[in-house]
Amino acid sequence: EFHRSVPAAVQVTVRDALNQAMDEELERDERVFLMGEEVAQYDGAYKVSRGLWKKYGDKRVIDTPISEMGFAGIAVGAAMAGLRPICEFMTFNFSMQAIDQVINSAAKTYYMSAGLQPVPIVFRGPNGASAGVAAQHSQCFAAWYAHCPGLKVVSPWNSEDAKGLLKSAIRDDNPVVFLENELMYGVPFEMSEESQSKDFTIPIGKAKIERQGNHVTVVSHSRYVGHCLDAAAVLAKEGIECEVINLRTIRPMDVESIETSVMKTNHLVTVEGGWPQFGVGAEICARIMEGPAFNYLDSPVTRVTGVDIPMPYAKILEDHSVPQIKDIIFSVKKTLNV
Amino acid sequence: SGKMLSNISNVLRACAQKNGAAVVMSARTYADFTTQATFEIKKCDLFKLDEAPATQVVMTRDEGLQYYRTMQTMRRMELKADQLYKQKIIRGFCHLYDGQEACAVGIEAAINLTDHLITAYRAHGYTYTRGGTFNMQIVLLRGGIAKGKGGSMHMYCKNFYGGNGIVGAQVPLGAGVALACKYQENNQLCVCLYGDGAANQGQIFETYNMAALWKLPVIFICENNRYGMGTSVERAAASTDYYKRGEFIPGLRVDGMDVLCVREATRFAADHCRSGKGPILMELQTYRYHGHSMSDPGVSYRTREEIQEVRSKSDPISMLKDRMLSNNMASVEELKEIDVEVRKEIEDAAQFATTDPEPPLEELCNHIFSNNPPVEVRGTNPWSKLKSVS
Repeated sequence: EFHRSVPAAVQVTVRDALNQAMDEELERDERVFLMGEEVAQYDGAYKVSRGLWKKYGDKRVIDTPISEMGFAGIAVGAAMAGLRPICEFMTFNFSMQAIDQVINSAAKTYYMSAGLQPVPIVFRGPNGASAGVAAQHSQCFAAWYAHCPGLKVVSPWNSEDAKGLLKSAIRDDNPVVFLENELMYGVPFEMSEESQSKDFTIPIGKAKIERQGNHVTVVSHSRYVGHCLDAAAVLAKEGIECEVINLRTIRPMDVESIETSVMKTNHLVTVEGGWPQFGVGAEICARIMEGPAFNYLDSPVTRVTGVDIPMPYAKILEDHSVPQIKDIIFSVKKTLNV
Repeated sequence: SGKMLSNISNVLRACAQKNGAAVVMSARTYADFTTQATFEIKKCDLFKLDEAPATQVVMTRDEGLQYYRTMQTMRRMELKADQLYKQKIIRGFCHLYDGQEACAVGIEAAINLTDHLITAYRAHGYTYTRGGTFNMQIVLLRGGIAKGKGGSMHMYCKNFYGGNGIVGAQVPLGAGVALACKYQENNQLCVCLYGDGAANQGQIFETYNMAALWKLPVIFICENNRYGMGTSVERAAASTDYYKRGEFIPGLRVDGMDVLCVREATRFAADHCRSGKGPILMELQTYRYHGHSMSDPGVSYRTREEIQEVRSKSDPISMLKDRMLSNNMASVEELKEIDVEVRKEIEDAAQFATTDPEPPLEELCNHIFSNNPPVEVRGTNPWSKLKSVS
């Protein structure tokens, strides 16, 4: 038996994974282009688009003035006329300036035109909490966008998620809101050999079981998937085996995967960074109640969420405004009544 | 010329059927009509422009007849829509375009169907000039079988991007279409329309900036009909010189009631765009006879005398008709014949719309996503699981 090397897996940060995805899609399809503030000559406010302007030039990577409503509308118009724009919001907080274009011009048009006018556009950028940026720069928009028919809303956690889902989003003929997380940009993850291929995509609308377990289903998205896995590691030492589900897509949500898991574990905890009212966890609760998994629940669903306040600045306050690992551990134990 | 001969023979037949005293009708052959004439049209007001659209313009008989027929069709279409709305066959919002016909017809006369156009909600005229057949329009307004997901404000066809309900939102969209034209290097342009009310929207100024910065081939056109819903221009705008509000974008103010003025100005603007100079702005001074929408009688914020004055002195169809008759480009009978044909077409279309079945309920959830496998859609209650296909 000859010695064989393990297939090459590499460590890639989420930032580089996003960069690779855009680079590959820009190369693959000349209709794809990127526009937003500082995306070109500055290499991206968070360096996500580093090197792309140098490689592809002014036509494919466009710096815009600070005019979210205007440039989001321009991006949607370009999509209507046959191009495939990636429209970056420096953070999704600024997308509120442009939200009419996302909802009324992008999301609803295919329906209103009864299938005559598709809008193949990706709106991407960092979403949710960062560090010390305070209330106006820390809001999570997953629930707001996921409320609307006609949009797909994607929320990657790790590098493979980021690359595979962004490629799928760009190839999708529909408007996709792609929610990144600034705190994840610099985090390296191992990426499989498969995920290094230029054709690697992850389907939108399918969740992933990150960790198998029998005692409780823990569902999350974005950065908090990592927190859930850390909590699961601690809980495992106490004999509690968590099944951790990474939603990957908020809309359309893969409720079936959650139901299948709950029918096995009989307990459900949701974890998100956003506010509790009308949020992602609230939607999961409602869907579970309406479906076959309800009868398998041994206790009500528990939601772990951000605190219902605008994000404060001081570190100690900020740290206590979002779910910590100990909050997840506490909530799992309460749900299991241990 | 075959059509001309059949027109003549129809005229003769119609005369022969008149009872009473025999009418001596000399057979007017095509040789009797002037094939084209030169007209002196109003000069445009210019902003940051050294050249101007032509003021001596040629119109051929064929062009005149086509403009006449198109404008008359649009006029009768809007009046029919009014009727259908009052009969509750058309529902919701209905914003009528009668009075403004010269704008849509003049613009289309100066661009190609391969160019692009987008407007706001007063869109029936453009839906027609851009190629949406009349039957389709009535069916859409009614919400009939083929489409009907959007209604009056959301009708689309090739290179026509609606029909947009959010005031001003269509302006960045139009610049985006122009960006696609420039990107694809296809020498096409986008005509991007908005009203005097929308002209105060912030996103329009954002769009002016980017269009000028990137030299996008977009013709911004402000259809100034003097009133944004019930608010006159003087009460809404610190500056009512809408053609100047592009600041660094050259502008033209045009008589929007004269189809030839609109055509010449649009030709000038299209040349400007296609030569790579970037955007240009046109203000068309026009007027709507109806209120803002079918819910607005249109007489609480303006006088009936004003409306009547515009009808009698500036009606675009009358103006064209007078020009053609006084230059021997057509006969009274010929134009009447067109009126009769148009009326019939509209009646038939309305009849079609009234009897066309409503959309089947199976259509309810379709067209959420393009090029997508079928998805399940939640109905009004948890047991209602509906299906959506692309």
